[in-house]
Amino acid sequence: MRVALFLTCVNDTLYPETGRAVVKLLTRLGVDVDFPMAQTCCGQAHYNTGYRHQAEPLARHFSDVFGSDAYDAVVTPSGSCGAMVRELYPRMGERARAEGRGDSLARSVAPVVPKTYELTEFLVDVLGVTDVGAYYPHTVTYHPTCHGLRALGLADRPSRLLRAVKGLELVELPGAEECCGFGGTFAVKNADVSAAMGTDKVRNAESTGAEVLSAADNSCLMHIGGTMSRLRTAMRPVHIAEILASTEEEALS
Amino acid sequence: MSGGTFVGMPAFPAAAREAVGDTTLRANLRHATHTIRNKRARAVAELSDWDLLREAGKQIKDHTLRHLDRYLVQLEESVERAGGTVHWACDAEEANRIVADLVRATGETEVVKVKSMATQEIGLNEALEAEGIRAYETDLAELIVQLGRDRPSHILVPAIHRNRGEIRDIFRKEMADWGRPAPDGLTDTPTELAEAARLHLREKFLRAKVGISGANFMVAETGTLVVVESEGNGRMCLTLPETLISVVGIEKVVPGWRDLEVFLQTLPRSSTAERMNPYTSMWTGTTDQDGPNAFHLVLLDNGRTDTLADEVGRQALRCIRCSACLNVCPVYERAGGHAYGSVYPGPIGAILSPQLRGTGSDIDASLPYASSLCGACYEVCPVAIDIPEVLVHLRERVVQGGEATRGGNRVMLKPAKGHAAERAAMRAAGLAFARPGALRAGQRLASRTRRLHPRTLPGPGRAWSASRDLPEVPVEPFRDWWQRTRGDGSGGTTEGNAQ
Ligand code: SF4
Repeated sequence: MRVALFLTCVNDTLYPETGRAVVKLLTRLGVDVDFPMAQTCCGQAHYNTGYRHQAEPLARHFSDVFGSDAYDAVVTPSGSCGAMVRELYPRMGERARAEGRGDSLARSVAPVVPKTYELTEFLVDVLGVTDVGAYYPHTVTYHPTCHGLRALGLADRPSRLLRAVKGLELVELPGAEECCGFGGTFAVKNADVSAAMGTDKVRNAESTGAEVLSAADNSCLMHIGGTMSRLRTAMRPVHIAEILASTEEEALS
Repeated sequence: MSGGTFVGMPAFPAAAREAVGDTTLRANLRHATHTIRNKRARAVAELSDWDLLREAGKQIKDHTLRHLDRYLVQLEESVERAGGTVHWACDAEEANRIVADLVRATGETEVVKVKSMATQEIGLNEALEAEGIRAYETDLAELIVQLGRDRPSHILVPAIHRNRGEIRDIFRKEMADWGRPAPDGLTDTPTELAEAARLHLREKFLRAKVGISGANFMVAETGTLVVVESEGNGRMCLTLPETLISVVGIEKVVPGWRDLEVFLQTLPRSSTAERMNPYTSMWTGTTDQDGPNAFHLVLLDNGRTDTLADEVGRQALRCIRCSACLNVCPVYERAGGHAYGSVYPGPIGAILSPQLRGTGSDIDASLPYASSLCGACYEVCPVAIDIPEVLVHLRERVVQGGEATRGGNRVMLKPAKGHAAERAAMRAAGLAFARPGALRAGQRLASRTRRLHPRTLPGPGRAWSASRDLPEVPVEPFRDWWQRTRGDGSGGTTEGNAQ
């Protein structure tokens, strides 16, 4: 199986270790991974801030890059960018059609939408694995980010994967389903409310006594981690891909 | 602060900042919303066909909205056949004038009111006061808000922001001005507070000759109006006075009685987590020797047909005002209801108010951003309003302008002021992202200068770094690592392919 990694612009720029982890993990599971160098950004920030028309060229570009028949699937380690492609690209196509601008956007995104998967979804649903052979001897609590939870319906896929990790103890996060307060530009436009939400999330995470807070979205982790750092919390944010990539031979510290 | 119109409100972020800093308020709100949200989840989980009920509610409302003109005409005929009179009001001013004229014609100067969002929306109490007519709220929470010269901060529990001590103080201080004073030595126990309110209100019920209500539903087929409530005070207002005036938004009509089957299941469970409402009152026109002998229905538009004209936004008119979205919203929980500057707070307020009132004012232009788009509101909404979808749609209207319907006419809206810099930044980012080479150059620059990056930011970025540290810029972006380690083939050198 040949898979295109859609890393997302945030991960590419700020969290390359997540990308390296996905490559390592998928390769270990026998998947042939490619990283199309022409990829940039899915347009989520534009779309969610009210710039749908500016997001359209990015959706087309994404579809040009990833729509190729050479790939059986597109995998992304981001619940919200995954949701952007799967849920919102078709909607953008519909809206363009309703505005009398024809079918071309809808047609251009059509091939890429059904084959785009968030990482945990791809592992569980497509590869059919829950035990990925990982080793991670730490106490971990998991924050199911909003777009992963509600837009993509990831449900218990991430926790099933984590529970199968050797050495890992998964502890439940109180108020897990509550938003951490990131919300893209919301974090800046409504900084006070956003920070209050982030602080509550961190306090809840602290109450579990876990060493690590994991999630499937680095942008939420950036907000939570930034709050942890400011509050001097002795807890680390770690993307789930990095935990799943970690093995006894090559352990993530 | 008794204004019902909320004019001159600051934009949401500024209004919310105060609430976020008020720890008592936050604790009150947190406790109240978490209790009710958990109860709701249990009440909903009891029904195995919840998803079907939700879908049915959505479809009934959509069907009715699609044929709204037809059902409203049918409703008018039914109400008049049953002995009622129907009035049409295109905006708040017209509705207030109709009601004031109707009250004046009875020669009365006092009215009792059933809790109603529509009359708050149009600022009816203030309008009546200007005409020398005093309106008494009879819902317990509404009474607390009225006596406290306050604004409601929740759809269902308007005094959600008040604790028992505050309520006792309000009763002691204000009740005498409005009628029967609070009993001597009133404490803050719930039973004593409820008894004080009961005695105070009883006097009003027995004296009032005019009642004013809204309605949860109007049945087109028979002209029947429906009010569901928990306390029974509404029933007193609906049956004791001689004249009953109901002010109802046009979107509250349903085609027939069978449709109520769905909503009388979904509304109580979503709102108060009850299986059934304690009081469900229905009335059809007038009946000799039973209840009011004059019934007036004021059908209120006030921005609703404009909202209906918007393909994406019209779903907000499905709302049955259950307030489940408020109780589950993390932003409402921290910002409180007043920050929304509207009688409709929370997620539904954030999409309804800027549609009913337009996005011209600062507060209305800021409401579509009063959400992290977490989607919890959509998940609980019993009529499946995709609130995040409408929020994003309205953001587009705020930053880009575009076509909308105002006062029945298609107009081109200009973007709200203050978004020029953001628009330019978004366009620039769009251009950079359209060319992978530009993105890469930027990443490399950031990596090379990584030692120089502060963990806190000046300027507009301060909003981020006031409470959160920034991540460190990595030594090497992923794409450079990929090319360095895999650049020998395997598709790793396809940069520029898709340009
Ligand atoms: S939008 Fe939905 S959840 Fe919110 S008050 Fe209306 S019906 Fe209830």
